[in-house]
Amino acid sequence: MDFDSLTFHSVTRNFGRRRALNRVSLTCRAGEIVALLGPNGAGKSTLLSIAATLLSPSAGTVRYGTHTAGDGGASLRGRIGFLAPDLFVYPELSAAEKLTFFARLHGLRDVGPLVEAALRGAGLYDRRDDPAGNFSRGMRQRLAIERALLHAPRLVLLDEPFTGLDDAAVEAIGTRLSALRDAGAIVLLTTHDLEVAERVANRAVVLSGGRLEAIDMSRGGLRESYRRVATP
Amino acid sequence: MPRIFLPLTLLVAAMFAYAPIMIAGAPIESTMFLVQKIFYFHVPSWFVMFSGAFLCAGASVRYLAKGSREADHYAVTGAELAVVFGLIGLITGPLWARKAWGVWWEWDVKLTLALVVWLTFVAYMLLRRYGGPGSEKLAAGVGIFGAANIPFVYYSVNWWRTIHPKTTVVPTLGPGMRGTFWFCVLAFMLLMVLIVAARVRLERQRALVDELYLNLED
Amino acid sequence: MTFLRVVWLVMRKDLLVELRSREILYTTVFFAVSCVLVFAFGFVREGQPMGDVGAGILWIAVAFSGTLALGRAFERERQSETLRALLLAPVDRPALYVAKLLGVMTLMAAVQVVIVPLVALFFQAPLFEHFLMLAALLFAGTVGFTAVGTMFAAMLSRARSRDVLLPVLLYPITVPVIIAGVRGTAALLQAEPDPAAARAWLSLLVSFDVVFITLALWTFEPVMTD
Repeated sequence: MDFDSLTFHSVTRNFGRRRALNRVSLTCRAGEIVALLGPNGAGKSTLLSIAATLLSPSAGTVRYGTHTAGDGGASLRGRIGFLAPDLFVYPELSAAEKLTFFARLHGLRDVGPLVEAALRGAGLYDRRDDPAGNFSRGMRQRLAIERALLHAPRLVLLDEPFTGLDDAAVEAIGTRLSALRDAGAIVLLTTHDLEVAERVANRAVVLSGGRLEAIDMSRGGLRESYRRVATP
Repeated sequence: MPRIFLPLTLLVAAMFAYAPIMIAGAPIESTMFLVQKIFYFHVPSWFVMFSGAFLCAGASVRYLAKGSREADHYAVTGAELAVVFGLIGLITGPLWARKAWGVWWEWDVKLTLALVVWLTFVAYMLLRRYGGPGSEKLAAGVGIFGAANIPFVYYSVNWWRTIHPKTTVVPTLGPGMRGTFWFCVLAFMLLMVLIVAARVRLERQRALVDELYLNLED
Repeated sequence: MTFLRVVWLVMRKDLLVELRSREILYTTVFFAVSCVLVFAFGFVREGQPMGDVGAGILWIAVAFSGTLALGRAFERERQSETLRALLLAPVDRPALYVAKLLGVMTLMAAVQVVIVPLVALFFQAPLFEHFLMLAALLFAGTVGFTAVGTMFAAMLSRARSRDVLLPVLLYPITVPVIIAGVRGTAALLQAEPDPAAARAWLSLLVSFDVVFITLALWTFEPVMTD
């Protein structure tokens, strides 16, 4: 199962009496990194969860190429890598064990070398047998990102991937994402950090009060454009 | 309001108004005398409770399988009916039992089964009320499990003990009693239909209000 | 990825995590023991246990500690948001249910290893005379209780008021399991043991298990997805 675009068609999501997303339409293609910006509570996490098939839209559809989440099923899930701001960490497992578990769960081959490469890439190889509960937040973040990317997903969804990382780590992640993009992945990430967004992303869109606005990154600075769009 | 409401309400009201007359006119049962007459309301209440339970379970299956909001409205209605009419049965039962057999409660099949099913649907309502958003689906699971449980509770308690008048009490009713009994059953079932219609409509209107709130934000 | 392989992977991970900290194991065993003790104070008069309370207390301790273990097992998943990660994996969702079920059952087996001798001791109940039958009853009963409990605990992990709602939901549904378990065990403990009756109760437990595991496998995916 493969696809080269992620399309939201007029997606709406309600939680009781609150409309979190209001007729959001967006297309992300293979080979681009899209930054999803917006104030807190704008619906960014909700949109990402819908893209990850964790939530279903109250109205509208999401398409992965020509497939929907319904006909994609388990194999679609195998092509998606998702990082939530609350990191999926079992404190008792070591970094190596955690990655090995997820690799096996995804049915990957050559688990050993794959896990080793991921750990080295994240700079965690030396701490691979330490329980993840002892890691600093930044290290847990690196580990979580590696877990999300372990199965070489086609669609990469990252919710606040740069929080808690130092400059070197941000650089490293940015390079990793660029490499993924060049290999044909679709990357959609949310962030509060406009500088990083400018450095890493090809395109930026803003979610404000559940509605989507595009931003022209070429004209003026990102910060200016963002302010113009996001202020109520 | 759908046009059936008014005539149905009048019919049900008339039946319930007439029922006491029928009940008073029914022959007096030889062993339990006047007290036995509570049975004309007690048994139909249980009929409604079990109908409510099965309505809830059936609607829950449909809700989980198809995601139909309508089905969810029927499910919550069924559960509420089960709780309310179950409570009526649980109150009238001991009142009758005390006078007829000298005890307020006995752990026999029907009572225990009724109590367990009632508790299950009380739990359903608690889940819907306190479970937070998204508890409709969880409650649907409870409704289905609750209904599936009924034969198991019945058999397990049955093997355990039994004192309640056997089910054969209905066919052995005297002719005068039988007429009154089925009249009351009909009255209760029509009341149930009326309540289902009104309650489902209430749920639909609530959903509509939510929609309006949502559209307000546009 | 076959169904069984997924079950094995997830279960192995759960047991590994639990073995590292042993938190749920110790607290649940201790709770079960305290339960039995409290009942001892309630039901033993002048050094003699009243009637055949042994059977009842054994199953109550199993039910209460089972509820605790279920709550804790899913609380841990909820805290790490790992249930979401598992739901995102390209695996059959019912396999996750089975893995969790087997994990909790293993825990309950460990608890029962401790409290069965304890109940036999405190209540002078000859629990070891028909050991195979007792083991069968405990196994079938635990499967039934845990099958429903795992389903509800998983459902509730996303809900509010989950701690108090789990017992509220679980106990009415598992009434047949408790009745069958207690009566079956009592049939083995009475003055003239009645293995035939115990077998009858066992068959009720087994049919309960089959029906409810099937129901859970059908409803797990629709209930867990939003």
